[in-house]
Amino acid sequence: MSNLREGLSTFEIAEELGLKKDEYEQICSLMGRIPNIHEISIFSAMWSEHCSYKSSRKWLKTLPTKGEVVIHGPGENAGAIDIGDGKVAIFKIESHNHPSFIEPYQGAATGVGGILRDVFTMGARPVALLNALRFGSIENNKTKYLLEGVVSGIGGYGNCIGIPTIGGETNFDKSYDGNILVNAMAIGITEKDKIFLSAARGVGYPLIYVGAKTGRDGIHGASMSSTEFDDKTEEKRPTVQVGDPFTGKLLMEACLELMTTDSVVAIQDMGAAGLTSSAVEMGSKGKLGVKLDLDLVPLREENMSTAEIMLSESQERMLMIIKPDKMDKANSIFKKWNLDIAKIGEITNSQNLEIYKNNILDAQIPITYLVDQAPEYDRDWTTPEKAPELQIKNAPIKSVSKVIEKLFNSHNLCSRNWIWEQYDTSVMGDTVIPPGQNSGVIRVHGTNKKLCASVDCTPRYVSADPFLGSMQAVCEAYRNIISVGGTPLAITNNLNFGNPEKKEIMGQIVHSIKGISEASLKLNMPVISGNVSLYNETNGKAILPTPVIGAVGAIDENKHSTSLSNAVDGNSIFVIGQDNSHTDGWVGQSIYAQEILDIEKDYAPPPVNIDAELANGNFILKAIEQKLTNCVHDISDGGLAIAISEILLSSRTKGIGAVINKNYIHNSESFWFGEDQGRYLVCTSKNKEIEELAESNKIKITNIATINLSDRLTFSNEDYICISELDVKHKNWFKNFMS
Amino acid sequence: MRVTIITFPGSNCDRDVSVAIKKITGKNPSNIWHQENEVPNCDLIILPGGFSYGDYLRCGAVAAHSPVMKEVKNHAARGGAVLGICNGFQILLEAKLLEGALIRNSGLKFVCKQVALKINKQINSPFLHHFKQNDIIHLPIAHNEGNYFADSETLKKIEDKGLVALRYHTSSDGNSFNPNGSINNIAAILSDNGKVLGMMPHPERYVDNELGGLDGFEFLKSTLEQLS
Repeated sequence: MSNLREGLSTFEIAEELGLKKDEYEQICSLMGRIPNIHEISIFSAMWSEHCSYKSSRKWLKTLPTKGEVVIHGPGENAGAIDIGDGKVAIFKIESHNHPSFIEPYQGAATGVGGILRDVFTMGARPVALLNALRFGSIENNKTKYLLEGVVSGIGGYGNCIGIPTIGGETNFDKSYDGNILVNAMAIGITEKDKIFLSAARGVGYPLIYVGAKTGRDGIHGASMSSTEFDDKTEEKRPTVQVGDPFTGKLLMEACLELMTTDSVVAIQDMGAAGLTSSAVEMGSKGKLGVKLDLDLVPLREENMSTAEIMLSESQERMLMIIKPDKMDKANSIFKKWNLDIAKIGEITNSQNLEIYKNNILDAQIPITYLVDQAPEYDRDWTTPEKAPELQIKNAPIKSVSKVIEKLFNSHNLCSRNWIWEQYDTSVMGDTVIPPGQNSGVIRVHGTNKKLCASVDCTPRYVSADPFLGSMQAVCEAYRNIISVGGTPLAITNNLNFGNPEKKEIMGQIVHSIKGISEASLKLNMPVISGNVSLYNETNGKAILPTPVIGAVGAIDENKHSTSLSNAVDGNSIFVIGQDNSHTDGWVGQSIYAQEILDIEKDYAPPPVNIDAELANGNFILKAIEQKLTNCVHDISDGGLAIAISEILLSSRTKGIGAVINKNYIHNSESFWFGEDQGRYLVCTSKNKEIEELAESNKIKITNIATINLSDRLTFSNEDYICISELDVKHKNWFKNFMS
Repeated sequence: MRVTIITFPGSNCDRDVSVAIKKITGKNPSNIWHQENEVPNCDLIILPGGFSYGDYLRCGAVAAHSPVMKEVKNHAARGGAVLGICNGFQILLEAKLLEGALIRNSGLKFVCKQVALKINKQINSPFLHHFKQNDIIHLPIAHNEGNYFADSETLKKIEDKGLVALRYHTSSDGNSFNPNGSINNIAAILSDNGKVLGMMPHPERYVDNELGGLDGFEFLKSTLEQLS
C-alpha cells in the first residue's frame, strides 16, 4: 500500500460529493484508513442512491421476481423472459428525469440511448421503444419548452438508431413543474442460448473498452440524480451527458456482430457512474478483481484526472471481457465500424478494484465495500392516511356529450399524435399497432408471433392511495395487453418518488411496492427489471408518486388479435365487468371530478378487485380466441362515455357513429364518467355467443350501444355529439397548444 | 432479378428493404458495405433509408462520397436502375444523380405518418409502369429533411420533362396534405431516363396488410418485374 497516491480525503470533500457524515465514517472504518480523494470519489458514486438503491433496496427485495417465463430477473442490465420457440424478450424501463429537466433534448436522448444499451448489452437486438412522460401544469411557461425538447430528444435518438417507438403516455400536473419525468423502456429479442451477462470470468483475461471516447460530460451525473433540485439547478447543466445516436448505432451493430463470433466472455455498458460502475459491477458479479490502467482509456479531452475518467458519463461506451485469442477478431470488427477499441486492464483474482495512472496506484478498494457493503437503509415511513370516499348527488346528467367534448378538447384526453408523429413508429418493418391504442404491437421478426407492450400509471390514484393506486397501475397495464389479445407475461417498473428521507414519501414508496407486489403476484406478471428515481423534489415539494409499470405480453402464432380501429357498422358494444344493475360509478379521483367538478382534495381512488380483474381478462382472451370480437378497449381515464367515444374516434370506418341503448340514456354522471376498474368494451356482431360465453364464465356483461354510420354518438334526441367534429378537436388540441 | 442493397454506416432500413425484396422475389438480395469498390452485376441498386453518417454536414453528404458511390454512378451511367428511399434519396441528390435538394421539414420536426400519394406518370419508367396517371397509393413517411426544393429554373425543367413521380395528395379527410412543405408537393423524382428514382416515402414498410397496407409491395413488385 506504500505506493498508493497521496492526497487524503476529508469529510468536507466527501460531503461535497454527496456522502453523509456517518457514511464517510463507515468508509474510513471499512478501509481501515482514510481513503484518498480518488477513492472517495468512487465511493460517492457507488454509494449514491442512483447506484446503490440504498433507500429502496430493502423493499425492492420483496417484489415477486420469479415465474415460469423468467430467465433473468432484476440484477442484470435488463430482465429476460422466455417467449417460446427458443426466443427471449429482454426489456427494462429506466428514468432520465433529472438530466431531462436540466437539458431536455440531451437528457431525453441519452435516456433512450442508455436503455437501448442495457438491452443490446445482453445480446438482444432492440425492437421497440416506449416512454412515459410527466410534465408540469400546461399553464407553466416552461412546460412547452421541456415537452418540445424531450419529445425531439427521444425522437432524435430513437429515429436515428432505427428502433420504432410503439407506445407511451404523457400527462400534466403542477407537481411536476420542477421535476419532469422521462422514463424510457426498450424491448429486445434474442435466442435463449445467446444471452450475454456482465459477471467477470477468466483471471488474466483482457478488459476491453469499446465505443466513443471519454470526455468530461456527465461527471457526477449519478450523484446529481440523487439529490433534490433548488433554484440553482441551472448550474448543473454540465453534468448532463451528450448523446450521439449515430455512434450508438455503430456501437450496437459492432457489439451484436462481435457477439456472433464466440469472443465475448462478459459485457457491461457504461451508464451511470461510467467506468467506475461498469468495472465494479463486472468484478462484483464475478467475485473477481479488476485492474485498470487509465493511461490506456481513449480520451476526447486532455489532462483528465482520475476521478474525471472514472466518473465520466460519456455516452456510447461499453466494457467487455474478451477471450484472449479473439482480440484480432474484435479489433477488425470495431475498426470496420470506425469505433475505438482498447485494452484498458485485466481481470485479477484479488477481488479489488485497482486503478493505475502514470504507473502509480491511484486507488485500491475491495469491490465488496463498494457493492455489498454499500448502505442499505431501513428508512422511517408512515402509513398514508385513508382518503375518504367522494359522495356526490347522483342526478341524471343533462348533457353527456358536452362533457365528452370538454374532456377530449383538453390536455387530459386529447390525442397525443403531435408527440408520436415525431417518432419513427414503423422502422424495422414489424409494427402492427403503432402508438395511440391500448398497447403497441410488433411482430417478432421472422415469425408470426407478436409482442405487445404498454406503459401505465395514474399518479392521482397513487397519491390518494399508494397501495391501491400502484395495484391499479399493474392492472391497467394488464388490461392493455389483454385488449389486443396478448397473454400478459411480465413487467418492469420505474418508481419515481420524492425524498425518501421524509417519512410520508418513504410511506408512499413502501405501500407502492406492496401494491405492485400484490397485483403482479396475482396477475402472474413478475417484475423482471426496473429502476428507482428518488429525490424528485424542488424546493422541498415532491412530485405525485409515479410508479410507472411497463408490461409485455405475447400473442401466439396464428392467434387472432384485435385492434381498436376495427369497429364496424352494425356491431353491438358490450361492457364487460359491469351488468345492468350498475347505475352509480366511482367518481373519486376521476378525470370528471378533477376537470368538471373541480375537486382537488384527495378522495379515495376506485377500488381494485384482482379476482374480477383476472376473470374479466381471461374472458376477453377467450372471446378474442373464439373470434367473437375484433375490437376491444379497456375502460380507464374518463370512464365509460370516453371509452365508447375512443372506439369511434379510432375506427377506420368512415362516418362511424353509435346510439346508446334506451335503458341507459338517462343515467347519471357517475355512470358515464366514473372510473370503476376491471372493465372493458367489446364490439361484436355475435351478441348471443358473447352473452352465452359471459354467462357460462359468470362474467358481468351488458349491451350498451349499437354502432351505425350516423357520424354521431347519440345518447338521446337532444344529447349527441358529431364524431368527425370531435375527431378534429381531439387531434388538434395538442398541436394548437404547442404552436 | 438481381438486387443490390448498399449499407452505409447509419443506414437503418437496409434490413427492412432486404426483407421486402426477399418476400417479393423469394431470393435474398446482395448486401454491399459502403466501402466496397465493386458492385455485383445487378438489375437494381437500392440506397436504403436511415441516418448515414448521423446526418453530419448535410443528410447524405458524406455517404455520397463513399467508395461504393463511384460504382453506383457507373451503374446509373450505363442505364442501370437505382432507387433511393428517404436517406437514399438524399444521397442521390448529394451525389448529383438527381437534381434539387431536400431541406428541413417546414414544421421543423421529424414527421412519421401515412401519406396519400398521387402518381405522376409522364415518362416511361420501370418504377411507374404498373400505375396509371393520378392513381393514389398510401405509404408511410418518416423523416426530418424531406422538404424538396429546387430553384425555379431547375424546377421548371423537372416539371417540363415530367420527372416528378409522386406528389403528396390531399386525402378526403384532409389529413395527409404536404407533410413537409415540399415545393409542388413533390415526394419523388426521376432522372431524365426514368431509371433513377428518389422517393421520401418507404415502400418497404407497406408489404403486408398487417403492417398497414400492400401498396409498397405492389410498387416494388411491379418495379422488379419491369427490370427483370
